[in-house]
Amino acid sequence: MPRKLPATDVVIIGLGWTGSIMAYELAEAGLAVTAIERGPWRNTATDHPPGYAADELRYRIRHELFLRPEQTTFTFRNKMNQTALPIRSWGAFMPPNGVGGGGVHWNAETWRFLPSDFVARTHLTERYGAGFLPGDMTIQDWGVTYDDLEPHYDRFEYLCGTSGQAGNIKGQILDGGNPFEGPRSRAYPNPPQEQPFGATLFAKAARGVGYKPFPQPSGNMSRAYQNPLGIRLGPCTYCGFCEWFGCGNYSKATPQTTILPALLRKPNFSARDNSEVTRINLDASGKRATGVTFVDTDGNEWEQPAELVILSAYTIFNVQLLLLSGIGKPYDPNANSGVVGRNFTHQTTSDVVSFFDPAKFVFNPFIASGAIGTCIDEFNGDNFDHGPHGFVGGGYIGQVQTNGRPIETAPVPPGTPRWGAQWKKAVKDNYQSALKPGTGVHGSMYSYRDVYLDLDTFYKDRFGRPLVRITMDFHDNEIKQNKFLTDRFAEIFQAMGARQVVKEYRKGPYDITKYQTTHLCGGAIMGTDPSTSALNRYLQNWDVPNLFVSGASAFPQNPGYNPTGTVAALAYWAAAAIRKRYLKNPGQLIDG
Amino acid sequence: MARIQTIAVVLGVLGVGMNVCCAAGPQDFAAVERGRYLVVAADCGSCHTLPGSDHSFAGDRAIETPFGYLAAPNITPDQQTGIGSWTDEQFDAAVRQGRSRNGARLYPAMPFPYYSRMSRQDVSDIRAYLNTIEPANNAVVVNRLPFPLNLRSAMIVWDALYFTPGEFRPDASKLAEWNRGAYLVQGPAHCGACHTPKTFLGGDKTSEFLRGYTLQGWTAPDITSGQGALRDWSADEIATYLESGHNTYAAAAGLMGEVIELSTSKLTDSDIKAMAAYLKDVSGAPAEGSPAADQDILAAGGAIYQDLCVACHRRDGHGVPNMFPNLAEAATVKTADPTSVVRVLLQGAQTAATDRERTAPAMPAFGWQLNDAQIAAVATYVRDHFGKAPAVSEAQVKNERVAREPIDL
Repeated sequence: MPRKLPATDVVIIGLGWTGSIMAYELAEAGLAVTAIERGPWRNTATDHPPGYAADELRYRIRHELFLRPEQTTFTFRNKMNQTALPIRSWGAFMPPNGVGGGGVHWNAETWRFLPSDFVARTHLTERYGAGFLPGDMTIQDWGVTYDDLEPHYDRFEYLCGTSGQAGNIKGQILDGGNPFEGPRSRAYPNPPQEQPFGATLFAKAARGVGYKPFPQPSGNMSRAYQNPLGIRLGPCTYCGFCEWFGCGNYSKATPQTTILPALLRKPNFSARDNSEVTRINLDASGKRATGVTFVDTDGNEWEQPAELVILSAYTIFNVQLLLLSGIGKPYDPNANSGVVGRNFTHQTTSDVVSFFDPAKFVFNPFIASGAIGTCIDEFNGDNFDHGPHGFVGGGYIGQVQTNGRPIETAPVPPGTPRWGAQWKKAVKDNYQSALKPGTGVHGSMYSYRDVYLDLDTFYKDRFGRPLVRITMDFHDNEIKQNKFLTDRFAEIFQAMGARQVVKEYRKGPYDITKYQTTHLCGGAIMGTDPSTSALNRYLQNWDVPNLFVSGASAFPQNPGYNPTGTVAALAYWAAAAIRKRYLKNPGQLIDG
Repeated sequence: MARIQTIAVVLGVLGVGMNVCCAAGPQDFAAVERGRYLVVAADCGSCHTLPGSDHSFAGDRAIETPFGYLAAPNITPDQQTGIGSWTDEQFDAAVRQGRSRNGARLYPAMPFPYYSRMSRQDVSDIRAYLNTIEPANNAVVVNRLPFPLNLRSAMIVWDALYFTPGEFRPDASKLAEWNRGAYLVQGPAHCGACHTPKTFLGGDKTSEFLRGYTLQGWTAPDITSGQGALRDWSADEIATYLESGHNTYAAAAGLMGEVIELSTSKLTDSDIKAMAAYLKDVSGAPAEGSPAADQDILAAGGAIYQDLCVACHRRDGHGVPNMFPNLAEAATVKTADPTSVVRVLLQGAQTAATDRERTAPAMPAFGWQLNDAQIAAVATYVRDHFGKAPAVSEAQVKNERVAREPIDL
C-alpha cells in the first residue's frame, strides 16, 4: 500500500520546460504546486561547471545527462508485422532525465511554427485537393491557431532572452529576418548572435541564389540579459558545447537559468527529485484524477493526492503514463480507432558535408553555439508550391554547425581510408576547411496510420509494467521531401565555392540507432474531435478534465522546425486557460 | 480594582520591570513591529536560528570563534529553556552590557559591544517582538570552549580592555541620514564585528575600523572608502549590494551572503541608503604595497585564468554586472588577506538570492581540478592583475584546503 501524502492543489509530473512553466504560472495563481521529477536535481555550478562541462566523452559519447536505459527503455520495430526489440543504448533520440529535462541539454534553437502548420490538413487540402495527400497520412489541424499562440510564443522568447532578427512584425516584413514567419507582436528581446565565417559565407551564397537567409533564433545569449522574472543570463562565449551538454556559464536559456530561481522562492511550490511517477490515479468513475502514485529510490510507494494533474514528461513518457493509467482509449491501427498512441512522429533530417580548399578557407568550426547559424525558410511547411514535387511538408535548411568538437568532428572526403596515417592526414587537412552542419536539413515528419505507440506484449520494466513499443518507419512522402531539400541545400554549398559536396540523404528504413533529433512528437495529440485526439485545444484530456498533458506529445504531426518554442507556447496557452477559465469552473472546457 | 491588583501581583512575581518609558507589552503593535525590524537589522536569526529549522530563535547554531565553539542560546519566550522568565532588565543587560541573567559575562560572539549603541527603548521593543515568537523547548549547551577559556571570569579583563558601553550619540555636524547610517552600522547591524581587525584577544582595533578581518574561514574585506577597497564604489552601488547581494562589481557569498539574505535585503530603502552614505564617509588606507609577484607564476596563473575563468569573469576581469564579479573592484579580491579568494577557488561559492536579485549564480569549485600550486598561481594572477593585492603562496592554499575539511562539531 502506498503511503499517502497530504493533498496538494496541483501535482506536476516532470520538471522540465513545460513542468517549470506550468508550476510557475499555477503557483503564481496562488495554488499549492508539487512537482515530482524522476531524475536528479541539477544546478549549473555543481552539475556542469566550466571545469568539465565541455567533456565530449562524458556527455556526448557516454550520455551523462540522459535517462539510463537500465531505468526504463522502449521496444522498437519498423513495421507492424515485425517483433519489436528493446533499445539498450540510445540512438535516434535522447530521452531526457532530471530537473530541467531536455531544457538542460538542448541547443536552444527557438522557433515558431508557421500559421499554416496549425491548420495543416485544411490548408493542404484546400490548396492541392484531398487526393494530393497519401491515403494513409493522418495529419490533422491542431485546434489552436498561430494567432492564439502568438502572445505565448512572445512570453517564452522574452523569458529565454531569445537572440534573433524579426522578419515580420505585425505584418511588416523586415530585411534580415525570416520573411515567411507569422506576424510577431514585437522584435526578439536580444539581437542575433554573431555568425561565424561558414554561416556568413552561406548567407552570401544563399542571397546570390535568390533566397532570404536569416540568423537562426537562439536561446544562447548574444549579450547579458535580465528576463521578466528578474533572472539574469550571461553572454554566450561561443564554446561549442551546447547540445548534449549543460551550459557552464548561465548563457543558455534553460529552466534553471530562466524560471527555477523565481519558482523556488515561492512558498507554495515544492519539488521532489529522484521520484518516478508510476500511475495517475482515477476515482471510481474513471473520469476524475485523484493524484499520482510515485516510487522513490528506496522503492517505497507514495500517493500524492491532488485536485489537478499536469502531465509534463517527455513525449513518450506522457503516452506511457496515459496507457498505464487507463486514461483514454488506446490507439488501434487496424481498426483506426482509439486516441492514445496515434499520430506519433519524429523528424526527417539530413546533412551535406562540403570540402573547401584549405589554402583559402579557414572556418574555425569550434567557434559555435547550439543555435548559431544562418538558415533559409523557402522550403519549409507550405512556403513553396508542392504541386510539381509530389510530396507535402518541408523544413528549414541552414549552415547551423553547432561545434567542432574533436571526437565528432573529423570530416574526410569519400574514399579516405577509415583509419591509419592517410585518415589522420585527411582529418588534419580538412578540419578547418570542411563544413558539416549538424542537422542542416531540418525536415518535417508527417503522421501515418501505421506509425504509433502502444504497450509491448512481451518486454516489461523493473516494476513489471509493459514497455512502450515504437512502430515507426519513413514513408515515401518524407523520403521525397528530404531528397528535394537536400539537393537545394547542396546547391548553396556549391555556390559558396566548395570543391566537393557530399549529400547524405535520409533514407529508409527508419534507423533507431542513428541520432536525428530528440523531437519525438505526438501520441497524445490535441485536436477538435475526441475520437481522433486525446486532448482538446487547451491540452485538457477529453476523458479526465482535471488532467492536462503538455509537451510535444500534443503535436498532431511534426512540422519542419525545432519544437521547443511551440511546446512552451502551448504550455503558457494551457496555463492561461486553466487560470482564466478552469479554476473558476473546474470541468471540461470544450464540449466533446 | 481587584483586577488591577492581580495584574500587579503577576508582574511582581515575574519581576517584570515597570519602567514607564520603555516597557512594551504585547498589546503594543507599534513596539512589536519596531522590535521585529530591529531583530532583522541586528540579524539575530543568523546565530539564534538553526538554518532550515522550523523553530525561529530556538538557538543551537554553533558559532566558530578564534578560541573555539560557542552555541547560540534559545531566545524564544520558553519559560524553561528560553528567555520567557527573564525580566526586561535582565534582557537589556544581556543585549547591551554582555551580562547573563546571573550576572556572568557573555562572550563577545554575542556582539553586545555593538548592541550597546542601541537605546533602552530599542531593546525593549526587541523584547516585545521576541515575546510574540512561538516558545520552543530547546535546552542549549552554550559554552563549548576549552579550558581555561570556558571560564567566563576571563571576560572581566576583556570587557575592561575592549568594551565601551554607551548609546549612540548623533554627530550634530552631520546630516540626519549620516547619523541614521552610523547608528545602524555601529549599532544593530554590527558591521565591525566581522569587518574591523581584531587584537589577539579578539577585541576591535578601533583605529582600523572596517578595514577588514578574517573569521570563520572567510575574509570580511576592507569596506572603507577614501583610499580603501571601496574607493571606486558609489554610495548607490553600496546600497544596491546591501539590498540585493549583487551590484556592478561584486556578489555576496558565504557569511555576507547570509547577512544580506537574512538582514540587509529586508531593511527599508532609506535605512540602506543611510548605511551606504555613512560607509562612504568611512575613510581607509591604501592597500599595502605588494612585492612584485614571480613572473613565471603570473604566466601560469594567467593561462589558467584564460582557460577556466574568462567564460564568466571575461578577459578583462570585469565580469557581468549583477551576475559575475568584477575582479578589479570586488573588495574581497583587493583585501590583503586572501582567505576568501582561495576558499572560493577551492570550494566554489553560492551567491545570495534576494527578491531583487533572484538569479544567485554560483562560482564552481576548482579544488578537485587544480593542485595547490595551480590555485596559488591563478589566485596570484587575479590579485596581482586585477586586485593589486599580494601574491598567494602554495602553502597558504594548502592550509586553506586543510582548514576546509569537515569538522566534527
